[in-house]
Formats: sequence, structure tokens, C-alpha cells
Amino acid sequence: MAESTQAPAAAPRRNLIQSLEIDTRLLGMIGAFIIVALVFNVLTDGRFLTPRNIFNLTIQTVSVAIMATGMVFIIVTRHIDLSVGSLLATCSAVMAMLQTDWLVGGLLPLGHPALPWLAIAGGLCVGVAIGAFHGWLVGYLTIPAFIVTLGGLLVWRNVAWFLTNGQTIGPLDETFQAFGGISGTLGEQWSWIVGGLATLAALWGLWRSRRTKISHDFPVKPLWAEAVVAAIIAGGIMGFIWILNSYEIPGRVLEREFEARGEVLPEGFTAAYGLPISVLLLIAVAVVMTVVAQRTRLGRYIFATGGNPDAAELSGINTRLLTVKVFAVMGFLCALSAVVASARLSFHSNDIGTLDELRVIAAAVIGGTALSGGVGTIYGAILGALIMQSLQSGMAMVGVDAPYQNIVVGAVLVVAVFVDILYRRRTGD
Amino acid sequence: MADARGTPLVELNNISIAFGGIQAVDDVSVDLYPGEVVGLLGHNGAGKSTLIKCLSGAYRMDKGEIRIKGQPVTINNPRDARSHHIETIYQTLALADNLDAAANLFLGRELVNALGMVDDAAMEAETRRIMGRLNPNFKKFNAPVSALSGGQRQSVAIARAVYFNAQILIMDEPTAALGPQETQMVAELIDELKRQNLGIFLIDHDIHQVKQLCDRAAVMKNGQLVGVVNVDEVSEDDLLGMIILGKTPEHLAA
Repeated sequence: MAESTQAPAAAPRRNLIQSLEIDTRLLGMIGAFIIVALVFNVLTDGRFLTPRNIFNLTIQTVSVAIMATGMVFIIVTRHIDLSVGSLLATCSAVMAMLQTDWLVGGLLPLGHPALPWLAIAGGLCVGVAIGAFHGWLVGYLTIPAFIVTLGGLLVWRNVAWFLTNGQTIGPLDETFQAFGGISGTLGEQWSWIVGGLATLAALWGLWRSRRTKISHDFPVKPLWAEAVVAAIIAGGIMGFIWILNSYEIPGRVLEREFEARGEVLPEGFTAAYGLPISVLLLIAVAVVMTVVAQRTRLGRYIFATGGNPDAAELSGINTRLLTVKVFAVMGFLCALSAVVASARLSFHSNDIGTLDELRVIAAAVIGGTALSGGVGTIYGAILGALIMQSLQSGMAMVGVDAPYQNIVVGAVLVVAVFVDILYRRRTGD
Repeated sequence: MADARGTPLVELNNISIAFGGIQAVDDVSVDLYPGEVVGLLGHNGAGKSTLIKCLSGAYRMDKGEIRIKGQPVTINNPRDARSHHIETIYQTLALADNLDAAANLFLGRELVNALGMVDDAAMEAETRRIMGRLNPNFKKFNAPVSALSGGQRQSVAIARAVYFNAQILIMDEPTAALGPQETQMVAELIDELKRQNLGIFLIDHDIHQVKQLCDRAAVMKNGQLVGVVNVDEVSEDDLLGMIILGKTPEHLAA
């Protein structure tokens, strides 16, 4: 193909999207998301696309989105995990019991600053251990993942019940609750700082990848295309921060906060919520998982095994141990989601995470993860989770009855996969 | 013969392996010298591929001994085989279709940078280098190998086998899916590798090709070794007789 660094006009058949080297599937998903958002915005007379609702949408998406990134690895290696909702419940129960009961009294007083962190550490350990156990059953004992995790769906849901005697456990520690969303945000100033740093990091990444390509004499895209991509990324990040920073804390909430400190709310004082810590956590998970997928041997082996398990084995990859690792990662992410989900509720409830396995699988699949294995992206799964959540809360805002909501969500899942099949057939990959 | 050429590169001694009740390989011994091509012939199911998979680490033999340069070695998995500089080109090519040529070439042996991260750019550069030598027409470096033609896929599999300084090369029907031109390319490659003193096991159905490319031919039938012959001393009909009837040619049967 003609090299287009010097003269973009030399390759007339390259259209705009090709020159920008943007994944057309990503573009399609973003397009679908925008359409969903605009339609609901019209149906709700502009209430859907307010800073407040966008803020709520993001914090509602976090829990499922975190698990969906792990589900990508599971599905890419040709497995499935039906137990994530139940695993979340067990981890949540462990963390709730640790901070309100097991560690309290003899060891530490209630409200001790170490409590939430010990609880989180305990929950994460339990998540990894259960996930690794699933992986061992699948990888070494060769029991199909569908069966192992179908059993897990029942087992862990009821282990959670057993641990808490079916009771609601709460209120959870205040520091712990900061991971839930609205009770833990960065505020205006720090949100801008984080947004600025993220933008710088993204631009640096773009520049470095271009430099690496040039140093190896690989073709690079024209500078203007690079600039357009950079502008889109920077605009996206800063625009997102701007929207979150536009959601101001209601006056009476501020009044109460000042009263609690024995002060009076100054006239005309306003403050914004800014970036929720839970969303920051999701972004961190997304970055780490993307790096794992694209830049580590583990990620390379996950995709190779999904593409051709025999070839992976013959290349000296220990595919059994790989299965254990993939399920352990899933367990870790379930525990992380358990922190977010229970913190958002401010308590552990017996039915936490119910049906999450279906939402998580749907998010990964809508995001372009192929059940036949070998194909899937982290950002796709997160976008998938966002689309699912938008549909759900959009319909709730419009006032669609609950059964219709689920009917629509189910139908959308099937249609989305069909569209994906058509897309693959046309592009031939 | 063995005395004249010193220690064999590979000795497979009395190898046996069974699957369920079926004795796939039954007490077979073959050896291979540096700079030599040994053809393995036989019907489908004769046990050629199974025998060779014991050497490449895909299977674990039940009985027998493998010696490399006279030293007995244990090969339990493909990694062990690779550590003895044994490389294999499988009939199925064993490529991960969803990954590009560079990722497949370095699969299991990725180049990493100082941070332990996979260095895709360096691997692509190396892939471009070796492909420039093996198959200069190869251009699709950023496409998944599923988008490549049969010959291109074959050249990725071959590049993977020869890149890592193999001393022993196993080729399982390397030309089965290729056109005449690409077959010629493989033949030339085998000649070049011979000159570099590699030992090559070549599994093939095409007797004509075996006569052309190999120095010796080992014929198997029903899991057993019919015999090993110098290809110059036998006719194609003799080889066919060995494959079909399991009989060693009379003028060689001492």
C-alpha cells in the first residue's frame, strides 16, 4: 500500500476513517450509544442528558463494567462464568462481616481506620481464591466452565446467605462507602487535575507509539490524522470531566455538611461532585486490563489460546495454568465490584448482584467479545455495560413498566449479536 | 554407516505409545544425522505423526528412549523439545488464526522490553527481516493470519521453526496445502537448511518428493517400522511395496 506520510492525496481510496485508523466496530458502538442517549433525551424532555443523570449513569455502570472486563478474558479463552453475581455476593458478605463483626470487638474497635482496608483485602483474597478454584476445576480437572460456574452460581449465592444468616449487614464503614459513587467524589479541582493528567498520559502514549513505529521504519498515519485522534481523545476526557463537574451538590446537602462542621454556608457558595472514586477505579481497571491484554505475555497467551488452543499448547503455553489465572483475575474483579456495589448501597443485602452474571456476559458480548473465542476488547465490554445501563435507566425514566424493560434489554442483546455477526461476515474477520 | 558419521543428532530407540487399546507406535527405532533429511513414509494412521510427536513433546511416549547427540533426554512437553533446539512444523501449522504473523512467530517466546512488556515493534521488525529472506512477497504483517493464503500461512510456520536456531527440524507434510511454486520454495529451503547442518525429519505422502528431498526413508505400517533405506538404493516401486505390503525390497533384505 502507498505510504501516506508525505502525501495523503497519493492514496485516494483511503477514506477519513481509514486514515485515522479508528476501529470501525468501536465507532459503531459509540454511534449506537449516542443514538440511545439522544432518543431517551428526547423522550424524557432533556432529562436524560443532564450532568446529574450522566453522573448517575456512570456510577450505576461501574460494578457491571468492572466484571465485564474480566469476562472478556474468560470468553476469549472459550470459557464462560455464570457465577460472577454470586461470587460478588460472597465477597460482599465477607467484607461486610469483616468490618462489622468478625474483626470488631476483640481486635479492633468499630470505626477503626484500618477496618475498611482489612475488609477489602480480605474480600479480594476470597475472590481470588474462589476464582482460582474455579479455574483449577476447569483447567486441571477439565470440567466444563459452564458446569463449574453454574454450580458456583448456586453455591456462592448461598454461602453468602449462610455467612450473614440472610440478614442485611450495615451500615458499612464511611471510608468503605467512599467507593460507592456519590458518597466519594474527587470534587472540582482534583477532577480537573486527574483529567489533565489522563489527557497528558494519553497524548504521551500516542506520541511514543508513533516514535516506536518510525524507529522501526513502519508505516505511520499522517500527522493531521494523529492530531485529529489526539484532539478527540483530549476533548473526550476533558468533556467528561466538565460534565461531571457541572453536577453541583444541592444546597441543602452543602448546608448539612457545613452544619456538621459547626459552620454556616456562605452566601453564593457552590461545589460540584466531580469524578466519583468508583469511576476512577473503573478507569484504572480498564487501563490495567488493556495493558495486560495488549502488552503482556499473559494477555498474548489468553488471545492465542482463544484463537487456537492446540497451537497454544504446542507453543509451550501452559494452558491449564492460564485457565487458573484467568478465573483468578475474574474472582479479583468480582471482589472489586463487590466493594463498589455494597458501598453504593451502603450495606450488604442478601440479593446483591442477583442476575449480574447475565448483565456482565451481555455487556461483554454487546461489546464485541465473540463466544467462539479469541476476539474481544476491554473498552468494548465497558461500552457494552454503558449501553445496557443506559437502556435500563432510560426506560425507567421514561416510565416503561419493569417487564417491558427486561423484554427490551433481552431483545437488544440478541439483535446486537446478530448485527455483530453481519458485521464480521462483511469485513471477513 | 553410523560409524562413518559419528554420533547421530537424534536417536529414537524402541519408542512405543498406545492410545486406549490401540498400539499407535510399536517399538520403533530411527536415527537422524546432522545435515541429513530422513523421510517418514506410511499410510494414514501408520504412526508417523504420532512417533514424531513424541519427539516434539506433543505426546509422552509410554516406552523407549530419546538421545540427542548421544545424551539421553526427557521430553515431556513442547517446551522441553524447544530447549533441545527441536522445532516442529505441524501439518495443521498450529497457528493462532486471530493473531498476526509476528505474534505467531514468537508465540511462547515473546521479545519483551525492560519492563517485561511484550515488544510488538521489535517482533514485527524481526518478522519483516526473516520474511524478507524466506518469502519476499509477504506483506501482510498487521493482518491476523486467518487473512493469509495457504502459502503465506505456511511461510509463517516455517519462519517460526527456523528463526530460533533449530538444530533438529520436524516437518509434517509441509507441502500438502501448497501450489507447485510454493512447494519448490520449500524444497529449496530444505536444501539450504541441510547445508547449514540441520537434521530434518520429513513426513510426506509424496514418494516422488521423498526420493528427491530425502537421504534416507523410514517406512512405517500399523505402528511398526518396516525398514529404513537409503533412497538412492531403492526405486519408487520398492518404497510403495514397503508402504502397502510392509515388505523390505528383496535386494536389500540381507
